[in-house]
This record gives sequence, structure tokens and C-alpha cells, in this order.
Amino acid sequence: MSNTQFTPSITSRPVYPGLTSLGNVPAIMIADASGQEALKELAAADSSVMDQAHVLLVTTSPALADKLQDLRPASIETVSDLDAAVPSFERLLSTAKMGTQLYLAGSEGLIGFFSARALGSGLPQEAIQSEHRGPISRRMQCVHCKGVTEDVTTDPFTCSHCGLTLFVRDHFSRRLGVFQGVCVDAEVPGEVPETEEIQP
Amino acid sequence: MISKLNLKVVEIEDLSPLVKRFRFEDPDKAALPVFSGGAHVSVEMPDGEMLRHNSYSLISDPYDATGYEIAVRREDQGRGGSKFMHEKVAVGDILKLSMPANLFQLDLRAKKHVLIGGGIGITPFLSQMRQLEMHGQAYELHYATHSREEAAGLALLPEAAHIHVHISEDGSRMDLGAMLADQPLGCHVYTCGPEGLIAAVAEQAAMLGWPATSVHSEAFTAPPPGAPFEVTIASTGQVVPVAANQSLLEALEAASVVVDYSCRGGGCGRCETTVTSCDGDIEHNDFWLSKEERAEKKKIMPCMSRFKGLALVLDL
Amino acid sequence: MTMQFNEETFRGDYTYFNSPAAIRRFPFPFDQDAYMYSVNIEQHPGGPEGSPFEFAFDVDEHYVAEMQDRAITLAGDPMRCQSLPHMELAGWDLLEAIMVAKARDYPDLFSLTIDGDTWHWINRPMGIDDTFTFLDPATLPYPPLEYITRQAQGDFALLHERDGNLWLDAGMVTSQADWSLDFDVGMNFFEWHAPVPKAGKMGVFDKALKFLLAMNQGQSYRRLNWTMTVNPRLDTSPENYHKWGPEKRTVTPENVGQKQFVRVELQTFWRLPRSNALAFPIRCYLANLEDICTYPKWGRRLHRVLRDIDPDLADYKGFAVNQEIIVNYLAQFDDGAPTSPGIFPVDQEG
Repeated sequence: MSNTQFTPSITSRPVYPGLTSLGNVPAIMIADASGQEALKELAAADSSVMDQAHVLLVTTSPALADKLQDLRPASIETVSDLDAAVPSFERLLSTAKMGTQLYLAGSEGLIGFFSARALGSGLPQEAIQSEHRGPISRRMQCVHCKGVTEDVTTDPFTCSHCGLTLFVRDHFSRRLGVFQGVCVDAEVPGEVPETEEIQP
Repeated sequence: MISKLNLKVVEIEDLSPLVKRFRFEDPDKAALPVFSGGAHVSVEMPDGEMLRHNSYSLISDPYDATGYEIAVRREDQGRGGSKFMHEKVAVGDILKLSMPANLFQLDLRAKKHVLIGGGIGITPFLSQMRQLEMHGQAYELHYATHSREEAAGLALLPEAAHIHVHISEDGSRMDLGAMLADQPLGCHVYTCGPEGLIAAVAEQAAMLGWPATSVHSEAFTAPPPGAPFEVTIASTGQVVPVAANQSLLEALEAASVVVDYSCRGGGCGRCETTVTSCDGDIEHNDFWLSKEERAEKKKIMPCMSRFKGLALVLDL
Repeated sequence: MTMQFNEETFRGDYTYFNSPAAIRRFPFPFDQDAYMYSVNIEQHPGGPEGSPFEFAFDVDEHYVAEMQDRAITLAGDPMRCQSLPHMELAGWDLLEAIMVAKARDYPDLFSLTIDGDTWHWINRPMGIDDTFTFLDPATLPYPPLEYITRQAQGDFALLHERDGNLWLDAGMVTSQADWSLDFDVGMNFFEWHAPVPKAGKMGVFDKALKFLLAMNQGQSYRRLNWTMTVNPRLDTSPENYHKWGPEKRTVTPENVGQKQFVRVELQTFWRLPRSNALAFPIRCYLANLEDICTYPKWGRRLHRVLRDIDPDLADYKGFAVNQEIIVNYLAQFDDGAPTSPGIFPVDQEG
């Protein structure tokens, strides 16, 4: 499996060009179970990229971390979900210096979530690399109640906070790390189009 | 729309053998527009038949509306603009200045700012420094100069732990590697001075993995002199001669050909002019056009660039 | 003459109305009988006496009611006003620009006295009399951007310049044509405009950005944009779409003249002095079809524009669903006679 190819869309929709090694420089790497394959390929292309890399692996399967250990990163830590990764991520950012690279690999949700936090800490956008791996699910924010629904795979979908039926836009906020969901039957309540699987 | 300010020269001071400081105020003491750190003004210099414009960084407190100050280094090899300022301008004279404009603004998102000025390139940082102080933002400033005698900036810089002076004659050279290593996330670096210094900082920053968007520079220079040449105006067939110590833009203005402009230093893009035909070589002295655009010979920036060859026709 | 302010609402019972004088000065957005995107920029301020172009920040009969409506919207959703931390300085710049202009242009309504850093501001229509220290946010009841835009009609976007682009890093947006500041804040010029159809492909935004980046202090410009709104509603936000959306389907041939409003945005552009940011005020004017058709030139032209518009644009501007009813209604005002150039309702007396 390789980096997902998405249909070209509007300018605000992020693109994920894939990971390229910048060599032996300070780095933070975050991946989920699908994304860790991308880290292995990155290290296979240039093993020095791991010398100063601190890896956060978002997974419930600790066995995956053992395999990544073979790549000899500076450190590796396993966390169960996105939120659980935040304290470690922020600790790494707080001591990071200019020149630090952030490598993100996995779902759109993971990439959006950590990009947004990194930008907020002053890491420049250009220091963030990303590669999409795994299912085509999205992190959606309801424009009405502002609640975030994770792992959305259908369009329309139901907001997990306010219960409105929302359609999935390609409009994306890097600051929030979410796509925008807008009420699909606002004008004629109940008139909802047929549910479809989200396409890449 | 306000486009020009008629201001009176109220002070002239020698900062070094080559650099003079000028202070301008409104003749009726009216408040001047305040500005942002790093802004410049363009000064009109009526020198006999010739009307020249040079742009200078404002060095005074950006939030002080009582006056504007600039520092002018005398360039004996230049077109004569700085010589005019040094020799012909006296206290009490009225000069025409543009409104302040800024092509070198601070990124106020930065967690820290590193300012690097080489020689007369210290000037934009003098107003930036005041703005950073005003807003309590973290910064350090490095001023590099050849000799203590030439160091016009010394008179204008406060003594403080975050202000570093490097005088190469005294053997205290800047160590760019050490300056840029270990800077916190969200740091921005700004360089103004000779092209070699700007290139060295950019190279060092890139080597340390800094993204280009965190690296800023201003290579502000006056239009260089050169051999005289002629241009033809496509719409009228008018032939405009450009003298050796005149810029193309100044020559067009003297011939009443209207061209929009702003910085007059090749940095803002405002005077970009389409070339109808070019039989010869354009000397691109601007910082605006890309390599590809230069090669195409379809655009010229008349504020800075010159021509060598048989015929240049401008789409004006 | 002191201005009279309407008692009116922009929600619920919708008692909003235009006086004949307000219709006369309505910034009708079409200068010819067809519409396509253009950058259509001109210098601002400047225009006929009494027109909305005369002064930097127009104040009209809807001022007090609009400010009350903004306060209601903010009470329900404080995120309609946002400023990323580095934009506070631009907020002060905007506060200065608005206070200075209003005190100069409407001296019977506003006054500003500056004594060093101490500023004394009086807003008579809103009953405000405040003294504060310029650049010290602790001396104002709100951050500077929010403080001044609670007293100025229209939405406001503040754009930060960097990397050859403009970033929407602050704003006050309570009367928008269906875009969310809370979502878009932090976006660059192209990302923020990404949902607009066609214009991107036509290079409109590249040209507009180039123009805006070249704008210097002391220069200011305007352009008109437009959309269509059912009922005189200012808060047509995506946030509340599920609340106002159903109203879009209440248009009938009988009520379209009163219920269907042309919504005009008078957009202006200013380079701010201390922050070097750009201010982008977006002032909203509403007039229903009945009001507009009191001027024959406007009735004829509006019919032709809305009848012939590109279907994608009708969709984007949100009136495709009512287009037929609107065009049928307007047809009665179009006798086929030619229209004079320009946007003003009657040709200027020579």
C-alpha cells in the first residue's frame, strides 16, 4: 500500500504529498497503524532520518512499536488515541528548535489533528510533511454546534453531538484540523439525499 | 488619496564620515502618518533638469507622528541621489516624500525575532526594534560592520544584552551557525545588507532545516547607473532617452509617460511593464521577476532595470 | 440635519424597511445588463453627495438597529468575532481609522478627542462615552477590534500579509453571505475563497491578490459584490443555516416583491499603518425587489441580469431555487427599453 491518491479538489482541501527524508535532523514522527508502514519506507530510503527522531505511535496494538524499534529512532512511545498523544507531543514541541521536522503518516484525522497543534506552537507549515495511509475517513466539524465527529465515512452523516444530518464539504481548516459539515436538509427538513460512501 | 508628503528638513547630523541622518517634519507641525517597523519612504530629489527618487528605510520611532528620520550613506559610484542628499540638501529645505510603505514587515506571530543588519543595512531594524520593544516581543539584533569608524549604526543602537555588534576590523565576526542554531520553534530571521550576507544567512538557515517562510530579507538598493540607452513607447512611437545616471522610470516620468510605481527599489512589483519587443538584453536589477520571467524578456521593472542592445519597445 | 434611525428588526418579525431616501442611495451593483465576475475596483471614498460612497465608513438610517442585531448575534455566538493573537495591533489600527473618519464625516453623531495616549470617544446614536488609553486593551470593555466593530455597520476582516499572501487572521462577521469566520480564520486568500465557483479558474483571485498586496498606506479602494437573501436577514451564517434555511422556501409569486432582497456588499480595502495589515470592511445593504423596481432603470436591468445569469452562479448565490419566481416577477418591469450605463438610478443632472 502507498500514499493515497485523492481526486483534485478546491484549494482549501489539504494534499498529502508523501514523506521524503530530510536526513539526520531533529524530527517528530507520528503515525497510526496504517501510517507506520510509511515510516518504515522512509527509514528504508534513508536510515539516518531516524537518528534524531522521536516517534509517537497511535495504536492499541503494542506489538507494532516493537517492529518500529528496529528502525532505531531516538525514542518511541505508544499511545492509545489522538488525545492521549497530546501531552507527549506538546512536551516534544516545547523543547524543539527551529529546523525540527514533523513527519505525519496515517488517517486524514491524524494528520489534521497534529498539524493544527504544531502550527499553534509556532512550527512553520513548511516543516510539516504528511502521507495519507489507511481508510478514507474524515474528521468533521459541525458548523452548527462546532462538535467534531471522528472517522466519518459517509456523506451525509449524523453529527455525533447535535444530531443534525450534515453533508461533507471539501472545505478544510488547518487551524482546527477538520473538514466542514453543513446541515443537508436545512431548507426542507427531512429531504435528505441518499447516503454514499466518501470517495478519495 | 494621499500620495505625497511635502516635508521640511529640520536636522542633519553626521553619523559617520559617509552616513548622514536627516529628520523631516511637517512645515506646520501637522501629525504625519505613523508606520510599521521596516517601512521605507521614497524621497524626490530635484537636481537641476533631473528628478530622481531614492527609497530609504525609516529609522525613527514608527508610532511617533512628529517626524520621520532616514540615514543616507553616500555612494560615490551611484547615480547621484545620495550625493545630492549629502551635498545639496540643507536644513529648512522642503522635500517631497512618499507615504511610508513596507516590504520588510515583522511577522508578529513569531515567538522570537533575529535581526541581522550588515553596514547601512542596519536601518530598517532601527524602527523594527522600537516596534518590538513597544509590544514586548523577544528579539536579538546583530549589527555587522567593517570598522568602528564606519559604524554609523553605533550611534543609533542602545547598549543591551540582546544587541550584538560585530566589527570585523576588531576580529569579531558573526558566527551565523551559532546564531541560528538552538533558536526556538516559531523564530523568524531577518537580514538586510549586502547580497553576500543575505545569501549566507539564507544558506545557513536552510542547512539547519529552517523553512524559507521563516527567513526574510531586504536587499534595498538604489537604481544603478549604466550606459545611456533609448526605449520606444509602443502606443505613440515616442522615443525616450535614458541618461547614464537616470533610471528608466525617471526617464519615462520626465517624458510624461505614466507608469504606476511604489518602492522604486525593485521589490514591490508595482511598475512591472510589458515588453512589446526586445532586440538586445535587459539588465534586470529588480528582486521581483522570476528567473523564467527574466529569460522570456517579456517584462521589465523600469524602476531598477536597464537595457543594452538595438531596440526596446514598451507596451505603454 | 440630524439623521433619523429606523426602529426595525432583522429577524423574527422582520420590520426592516428602507425610506425613499435610502432606496435612492441604494448601491445597486450592476453597471450593465449582464453579470460576470470582475475585479471592478475603484478608489474609495469618493462619489456623489449622499451616496454610500461619499465617506470612508457610511452611516445610514439602519445604523442603530444593525448594531442591536449584531449584539444579539454575538450574545448567542461569541465566536463571530475572532482575532488571532498577532492581530491585536491591526485591531487598534482599525479602531483609529473608524473613529477618526466618523468623527470627521459625521461630527453631529461622533466625536473623538485625542490627548497624547488618552482618547475620548463619544458615539451619540448608541449613547457611548468612553475614555481609554490607546494601545492598552485593559482600558476598553472589549478587545479593540470587537469594541469598534460593535459600533460600525458591516462585517470586518483583517488580513495579515506574509509569504506573498494575505491571511484572514481576524474579523467581526455577523452579517455574512453564508461563510463562517470561525472556520475560515487563519486561512490564506486562496483557501478562504476556495468554495467560490469559477472565479479561481478565471484567475480573478490571483489578480485581486496582486492588487491588494501592492496597496500602500494612504490608498483605499472599493468594489461591490452581491447576493440574494429571502427576508431582510443580516445573520445568514452557515452556523444558523438550519434556522434561516427554511425561509428560503417561503417565496411565492404573491410575496416575492416584498420577501426577496438583493443583498449588496460594499467592500473596501485599506492598508493599516502600524500593523501593515489590510482591513477589509464588508458593508451589507438590503433592498427588496419592490424597492428596487421603483426605479425603472434598475427594474429592467435586474430582470435581465437574473434571467441570463450563469446557472452555477445562481446556485452559488443561493437563489436558483427561487429564480423562476423572481424572474417572472421582474419581467413586468422590463419593457425592453435600453438602460443607461452606470449604477445610479437616474442619470445625473448635467
